[in-house]
Amino acid sequence: MDIITYDGSWPGFFSAVFEVYEYKFSAPSIYKKEVAPASLFGKTHDVITDETKAKRVMDRLKQKLTPKAFQQLYKTFLSEQKDVENGMLGYIQYILSSKGLVENNYTNAAVLLLQQVSRKVDREKHRMEAFVRFQLTKDELYYAIVQPDYNVLPLILTHFKNRYADQRWLIYDALRKYGIYYDLHTVTEVQIDFSADVHNKKEIANIYDEKEILYQTLWQQYFSSVNIKARKNMKLHIQHMPKRYWKYLIEKH
Amino acid sequence: MSDRITEKLAILADAAKYDVSCSSSGSKRKNTNKGLGTTGNGICHAYTEDGRCVSLLKILLTNVCIYDCAYCVSRKSNDIKRAAFTVQEVVDLTINFYRRNYIEGLFISSGIFTNADYTMERLVLIAKKLRTEHKFNGYIHIKSIPGASEEILKEAGLYADRLSINVEMPTEKSLALLAPDKKRIDMITPMKIVRQAIIENREERKLFKKTPLFAPAGQSTQMVIGATPETDLEILYLANGFYKKMDMRRVYYSGYVPISNDNRLPAIGTPVPMVRENRLYQADWLMRFYGFDVQEIVNIQNPLLDMDIDPKLSWALRNMHLFPVDVNTAAYNAIIRVPGIGVQNANKIVAARKFAPVTFGHLKKMGISLNRARYFICAGNEFEVKDWLPAQIKHSILAEGNSKYKPNFSPQMALF
Repeated sequence: MDIITYDGSWPGFFSAVFEVYEYKFSAPSIYKKEVAPASLFGKTHDVITDETKAKRVMDRLKQKLTPKAFQQLYKTFLSEQKDVENGMLGYIQYILSSKGLVENNYTNAAVLLLQQVSRKVDREKHRMEAFVRFQLTKDELYYAIVQPDYNVLPLILTHFKNRYADQRWLIYDALRKYGIYYDLHTVTEVQIDFSADVHNKKEIANIYDEKEILYQTLWQQYFSSVNIKARKNMKLHIQHMPKRYWKYLIEKH
Repeated sequence: MSDRITEKLAILADAAKYDVSCSSSGSKRKNTNKGLGTTGNGICHAYTEDGRCVSLLKILLTNVCIYDCAYCVSRKSNDIKRAAFTVQEVVDLTINFYRRNYIEGLFISSGIFTNADYTMERLVLIAKKLRTEHKFNGYIHIKSIPGASEEILKEAGLYADRLSINVEMPTEKSLALLAPDKKRIDMITPMKIVRQAIIENREERKLFKKTPLFAPAGQSTQMVIGATPETDLEILYLANGFYKKMDMRRVYYSGYVPISNDNRLPAIGTPVPMVRENRLYQADWLMRFYGFDVQEIVNIQNPLLDMDIDPKLSWALRNMHLFPVDVNTAAYNAIIRVPGIGVQNANKIVAARKFAPVTFGHLKKMGISLNRARYFICAGNEFEVKDWLPAQIKHSILAEGNSKYKPNFSPQMALF
């Protein structure tokens, strides 16, 4: 087995795919550099990200895939699941070696895998569009902290940009330690160490807009008032709002 | 001040929660004016402990009402706290909840004070303020007041994404019994007016692209079930009529939650008919997405839906002569009728079989529930060998599955 390592970036992955073909590896396995297993018998090949090589692979794939399927590939990548690169490599090899449009061949294991993983990422994207809870600060910034299962900030960016076009906002991924920030014109990725404790009431009073606590209280009140006690169904409640998300959901505090 | 508004919200959200519509999809309003909000496929932002989704800020403008409908918490004879929001309070709540990503928009309804048009004007004013003063492009659902005039309904459609008017009871007889102040004609007439206005707007938009939207998410309605003795046949035929003749986007079925000691109604403490409600929604989906005719689901011989199995399985067991369906050759329309196969999987099968014959192994990997489907399909030379009788299939499926409703298959679900 040939271990091929890359820097973990999207163009990095495609550079690695390019070199799989360039060097004609017979049994390639692609890993992020920091998680690559030590190779006992084969060699380890380290790929340096090369935008030109990446673009060539992407362009070729875009000829053989509908935009939707190419997007599925990206979503699968964002799942960051263990060994996902090799599932993707298998898919790419199948697509490039086949004639015509084969992305819907669900009898093929690689196609099915991609469809299933990307659907999980899609669900997480949708959940984040639902579960982001903005809090307004004194300097008129709406900020939210999230901890998605997959790296979905790049996927939810457009939705929030279109929807909240007239307010400054920041969504911060506490797990991956980066955020997306909208300044009324464009969205940029920001690296910040966001150590402020959101549950510390004293600190909140200092940074919050004066109406913030009122609206949080009103939302909590609303959430409890619309519940119909005679229809209690906690199983369904938790199925739709898994406990791991409660930490940042104001109505669950 | 903040205590007062919190109390009002508690009262007026509590009074609005029996309206089950929560949909925020089906509109096509975009944020083109760099304002606030968009509509799309709808997002459920939260789920209450009863498992229902919270998508819209669903409140009444007031729970003061001149009517005395027996099934309604806000009926005038009910001794409860009354409250009323001002127009501005509703606007502020909507905008501030929306900006924090709590909601998709507003569902505004009201008890009837003074008269229908006076009440309806206030509701329209809220929507108008949101759209014009706040450049709000989120979802707005206005529940029309029975008997509202054509003029005010047509104004409502200019600001709302969806308009609804509740038919309340499956039959006129029940309506006369429980809501003596209301006439069905006062509900049907507004529906017809709105339907006509939507059609005209669609034609106009074909000619002039700039024509403003008119209720782009269409109309919906709701009926209370389990409060009166109607059969599922009566309920589903009425729903079918709404879909076919009134172009309704949705019909909602609201299992009656006992809130009154009125002897015309099930007593307080009677369980909410949740299983039946669920079966009605399944039947509704079959009509809307699976190409079923209402008569295939309920008919004179079978006026009631089965409580222990879903209506699609129930239909299949009554029509065993149509099976097995060969997944490699059958039309899409036949495949989606197979119990255990839904719209997404039917699409996958039809897409996949162009490349290679689909086997049971493939179906399993696609996530199709073969323990249901296997009695009704074949794939090439793979098929269920044993000759099953419908009753045996039903027994076998029920034994394998663990239905969430198993503890009690009576139409009234037990409280536990």
